Amino acid sequence: MKLDSIEARRYIARKLKQRKALDKIFHGIVFLATMVGVVFLAVLLTKILRDGLGNLNWNFLTSFPSRFPSKAGILTALVGSVWIISLTILIALPIGVGTAIYLEEYANKRSKFYNLLVVNIANLAGVPAIVYGMLGLMVFVRLLQFGNSILSGAFTLSLLILPVIIVASQEAIKAVPSSLREASFALGASKWQTVGRVVLPYAIPGILTGAILAISRAMGEAAPLIMVGGAGYVGFLPDSPMDVFSALPLQIYNWTSRPQTEFQNVAAAGIIVLLALLLTLNAIAVFIRNKYSYRMD
Amino acid sequence: MKTLKQRRKRNETWIKYLLSALATISVLTTLGIIYSLFSETFVFFQHVSIVEFFTSLQWSPSLKPQHFGVWPLVVGTAMIAVGSAAVAIPLGLGSAIYLSEYAKKKTRKVIKPILEVLAGIPSVVYGFFALTFITPILRDLIPSTKIFNAASASIAVGIMIIPLVASLSEDAMNAVPDSMRQGAYALGSTRFEVATKVVVPAALSGIGSAFVLAISRAIGETMIVAIAAGQSPILTFNPLNSIQTMTGFMVNVALGDIEYGSIEYQTVFAVGALLFLLTFSLNLIARYIVKKNRETYA
Repeated sequence: MKLDSIEARRYIARKLKQRKALDKIFHGIVFLATMVGVVFLAVLLTKILRDGLGNLNWNFLTSFPSRFPSKAGILTALVGSVWIISLTILIALPIGVGTAIYLEEYANKRSKFYNLLVVNIANLAGVPAIVYGMLGLMVFVRLLQFGNSILSGAFTLSLLILPVIIVASQEAIKAVPSSLREASFALGASKWQTVGRVVLPYAIPGILTGAILAISRAMGEAAPLIMVGGAGYVGFLPDSPMDVFSALPLQIYNWTSRPQTEFQNVAAAGIIVLLALLLTLNAIAVFIRNKYSYRMD
Repeated sequence: MKTLKQRRKRNETWIKYLLSALATISVLTTLGIIYSLFSETFVFFQHVSIVEFFTSLQWSPSLKPQHFGVWPLVVGTAMIAVGSAAVAIPLGLGSAIYLSEYAKKKTRKVIKPILEVLAGIPSVVYGFFALTFITPILRDLIPSTKIFNAASASIAVGIMIIPLVASLSEDAMNAVPDSMRQGAYALGSTRFEVATKVVVPAALSGIGSAFVLAISRAIGETMIVAIAAGQSPILTFNPLNSIQTMTGFMVNVALGDIEYGSIEYQTVFAVGALLFLLTFSLNLIARYIVKKNRETYA
């Protein structure tokens, strides 16, 4: 068959049509695959709003938990979450940012210690959340005698989100142009002066964005808090970090796993509160990123 | 009297020590995890034979007669891992191909953040959805489905890890140099051919490692399976049955009143140690795949 014979041209034309059709079909398939996630998200949000909105009112936000679905409120869980998250920020942020400064500004990048730290952080990021709960149970609840307290929960969640904060802070510090550091050194500033007054101010929007995303992860975690003894039903508000606690995801879990279907609607209302808080946090992160992220050229 | 210069130098040294001490906390965390898990596991295996743990097919640590065969939990976990991988791998890879090879820049800018929201939703929320939405649908379709079942939890876990698979695979595909795509287009390839014969093969190690990481994530996932998959540590391979995973067992025991030092207390650590070893190995494999096959395009 000669290449320019009629049969050959027909063959090529047919083949080309097939290949183009295949391309279109594949385009459709991968588009649908992408849409599954998007549609799932839409259905999930609709379902939760439809189930939960009816229960969501001022009473729900200001009442203690109850055996009766109509009286059940989310106050203790909300206050518990605020306590835990505030403490987690106080613990995790200095450690995470300090580690990132050490790694990026001080450590000798060819040293074994640096290598150990980097590999270790990468490994920690892959450890399941519940395993951090075991660590918390052993070290904070038992060994340090914090008991089933807010403090144990906050320390556990801090260690859980530490890798995220470290990596995000490292990225933010890496993005600081070295010309700024050199200018600072040229003016006679010491290393710490340079870090504190030049590098950190420039890197802080990036660090905060990463930290907020890490915090929103901590806010939704239930498993590690269950391991350190967080409860799904606490009838009073905590006065100190040594008190027993509930938290939003624990309360939601508690309501979801009750047999009465009314409680599932209460759970949905709780989920709306949790998602609203997460949405607010993320909006703040996006705002900070857009408002303060500038590049020097 | 010390000069300003000397004092400054001393302060600088202190700061360096302080920062390196903070950095050491992450190493201590790892040591703490290993110590916590394995010290109790060690005690556990003084009461329970390690042979029984790994060979017996019955798991009933808190019921008499006690049995400590971990296989029901391992099989339950494996069912969730396989089921969620069956959901997340095709959908995640498909999304990655769409976003990196087909979607217009504008579409990509809209869809990618939406997919990332999926990764930010807490797992209790997925658990709630699995139990109150996915399970009823499954029971309508196949009436023999139990209220708590592995299939429903697998679907929810799978959807949750789509963004992980998609974003890691997309990163790998983005790392394939454009010149390779353009070369293929210049030879007359369609986008389908470029995607499946050039980009995906070139990005295969990154995609493979994304799959392994996704499975590792599914194995460690806790709340979805605790809510939707059940609490029955019975050996079964039917995804419509109620099961219990390793993580599900750990949560279940922790919710009850466990007595410190009791055998149940130690059981949780033994199962936790196994879980840690499994996920840790998978993470190492994922990193090894990338490292081994890294191609550098100059």
